[in-house]
Amino acid sequence: MSVADMKLERPAGWNRPPVIEPSGEGELLELAMGPHHPSTHGVFRMDVALDGENVIRLKPVFGYLHRNHEKIAEGASYLASMPYTDRLDYFCSLTNNWAYALAVEKLVGQEVPERAEYIRVILAELTRIQNHAASIGFLIQEMGASGTPLMYAFKEREKILDLFESLTGSRMMCNYMRFGGCRVDVSAPWLDAARKVVAGLSQFVDEFEALLSTNEILMARCQGMGILRPELAVNAGVSGPMLRATGVNYDIRKVDHYGIYDRFQFRVPLGDHGDIYDRYMVRILEMRESIKILEQALPQIPAGPIMDPKAKIRGFRPKPGEAYGRIEAPKGELGFYLISDGGPNPYRYRVRPPSLINLTILEDMCLGHNVADVVLIFGSVDIVLGEVDR
Amino acid sequence: MLEEALLGDGILKGMAETARNFFGSYVSKDRLTTVEYPEQRIPTAENARVFPFLVYDGADWEAGMRCVACQICEKECPPKCIYIEKSADKKPDYVGKAQFYPKRFDIDISVCMSCQICVEVCPFEAIKMDTQFELATTDRFGGLLYDRKELSRSNEYYHEIHPTEATEVDARLAEEKAKLEAKAKAAAEAAAAKAAAAATQPATPAKADSPAPAAPQPSPLSPTDPAKPAGGES
Amino acid sequence: MKTVEEIKAAIETAVPGAGVEFVSNLSPSAQHSLRLSPESAVAVATFLRDDSELAFDFLSNVSGVDWPDKEIAEKVKVTRQVTKTVDGVEQTVEETVDETRKRTEPGYLEAVYHLYSVEKKHGPLVIRLRTLDRGDKTQLPSLTPVWRAAEFQEREVFDLYGIVFTGHPDLRRILMWPEFKDHPMRKDYVDPDDFEYEPTPHDEVLKRAQAHQAAAQPAATAEEGPASA
Repeated sequence: MSVADMKLERPAGWNRPPVIEPSGEGELLELAMGPHHPSTHGVFRMDVALDGENVIRLKPVFGYLHRNHEKIAEGASYLASMPYTDRLDYFCSLTNNWAYALAVEKLVGQEVPERAEYIRVILAELTRIQNHAASIGFLIQEMGASGTPLMYAFKEREKILDLFESLTGSRMMCNYMRFGGCRVDVSAPWLDAARKVVAGLSQFVDEFEALLSTNEILMARCQGMGILRPELAVNAGVSGPMLRATGVNYDIRKVDHYGIYDRFQFRVPLGDHGDIYDRYMVRILEMRESIKILEQALPQIPAGPIMDPKAKIRGFRPKPGEAYGRIEAPKGELGFYLISDGGPNPYRYRVRPPSLINLTILEDMCLGHNVADVVLIFGSVDIVLGEVDR
Repeated sequence: MLEEALLGDGILKGMAETARNFFGSYVSKDRLTTVEYPEQRIPTAENARVFPFLVYDGADWEAGMRCVACQICEKECPPKCIYIEKSADKKPDYVGKAQFYPKRFDIDISVCMSCQICVEVCPFEAIKMDTQFELATTDRFGGLLYDRKELSRSNEYYHEIHPTEATEVDARLAEEKAKLEAKAKAAAEAAAAKAAAAATQPATPAKADSPAPAAPQPSPLSPTDPAKPAGGES
Repeated sequence: MKTVEEIKAAIETAVPGAGVEFVSNLSPSAQHSLRLSPESAVAVATFLRDDSELAFDFLSNVSGVDWPDKEIAEKVKVTRQVTKTVDGVEQTVEETVDETRKRTEPGYLEAVYHLYSVEKKHGPLVIRLRTLDRGDKTQLPSLTPVWRAAEFQEREVFDLYGIVFTGHPDLRRILMWPEFKDHPMRKDYVDPDDFEYEPTPHDEVLKRAQAHQAAAQPAATAEEGPASA
């Protein structure tokens, strides 16, 4: 989809969900899907109005996991907020850490040594692979595959989580990045173990694709379903694999040039139709591109310090000002907006959650489809409630 | 989208994949990814962190506790799960200097989120992370509130669970102790030299007293004593 | 991307009468912002989205910020006529003294929008909208008709800060439950102390919970009194 095609006439209400008239036979059934639901990726509710099997209206309701992260951060120091960022998108704690560290480094103009940048890229791409694998596994599970692809994904994910544990001390709540670098240095045995894991990853993705990509049931249920138009996606603030599956070429790694991503050769997979199958394929291809980045980064990692010597850990008081820093997290654009008033605690700390923003057009995608497809479409958005509710 | 000879080809290919994994799990270790917990356990990584504990040197947990109740970990803890009360008196630490100690040191491990910030900011290597995670208890109120006795573990235990880290910490502490002893020795030599210089001066009635008390002073720390090996006392 | 000053000039040319102010950002990030007046906000936003050079078609982030009333103490030189006795004669003399005057700068709520361009791949541009006060006049125009991305985020700002966005298609609470009162992210929010059960309360939490339990107890004994009599 070229950029020129995205310009269109914008009549009033073009970016509102279509109004579907019920057929008039019988009453509308109002159904609450969730919050206790095996397929809603957490405590999440959808108020659905059904005409027979067709969805007439869908309103997402969340806030069940609201933990007040932004208010806690106003009362805690900048360093103390770092372990809380792990728990936002709890699948991808290292990318959350990086986004927050990036925002603070923008706020104070902090530089990061080269070795730390390489380590950040390696860990972020490992996080992306394990997140996409788990997300596809959950999507297929919601399709009824009872967990077999999920367990394949988890088998590989365990190897990556073991790497995280031996480096940072914890499998998921890593608390690893600091403002100006990383907390602990990687050792040579860790790099060897990482190389071994990365060597086995392409075979895993091949196996995964052999299991799933040509499966007729998957193709029948996913192709042509939950179509999202690119101009609506851009207007609704959708980011990440969902945006790229509609054909829009926007990857923050390539656009913002943050970190050292410019040194690595990787492509950005784009979809043609914007349906569920395209989102699935974009995630599979992104896994392959991440493996490529890892294969380039692991041999190139230079020696040096992992923390800027001028960085302060305790007694950190940025000068008054504000900054917005964002990265390409596996789920989309994760941004942190910080306002500092010169004290040890942030004055305003805001998380821009990709999962919440990607849910804006859930209604548009689900209207007119069956209830069974709602679960699939919702699964392809790939949300984590920790991020939606904070 | 793909040309198929047979409808259902893709499903059959997937089933072949599943069969390969299923039968392969009897043959190759790689394909069998689970262990039968709790009879079999996977050893935890060396760096694993679960909940904090207080390190003590030697055999007596009260006398050897490294914590000096500086309360930095209490201030930096994000969920504020540490509660410290300073003592009124002091006790000697590993170099012999008199330090405060915590009269009360409670950690509520139902609040603790294992972030390890307390370990990072402690200047005295007194609090480290344990690796035990099977800590479930049936006492809801207070069963997960650990006081300083339950939190204390010996330095030997620390060596068992985190050998590389513990050796590093010991080396660093020994180095600091050696530096302090060298400084004390140099100060004693300077004092002895000053006292000797004062003794050679013409004695006046006022100064007659001063060389005499100065003379016995250098002898316990005289330079002729053999140098004590670093880390010899523990 | 043009600099923020150039964008301000472009806005003033395209949307005449738009009140646009430049707000500088003191941190090294140099992300300066533009403060828009609420009356022309939707027109300016539409211009920013549809202009072929700027093309800010991607609204990335909407935050609310609470700026409470500020007490400012200033030293002012005051010249006054004072009657003084000089050499036994009463005279009116002019005197200049330093006085400390306290004034309260009224607080306000703010909505901050971060804009990016997917087409031109530039950004961010920071837009600010300010309410008149923190009390009843907290209305702002909603930018949801311009960017759909603002829909859920403006609901969140309404829920947590209390800014009412006029023109929003579906303004209701999003993170808190519908019967909740008050706006939690404001700086003067006091959370209730009988809210959640804390197994090991300490410090202020314990004090507040104890005060609440003490208040509840006399009521309980008073109820039992007549019953047992």
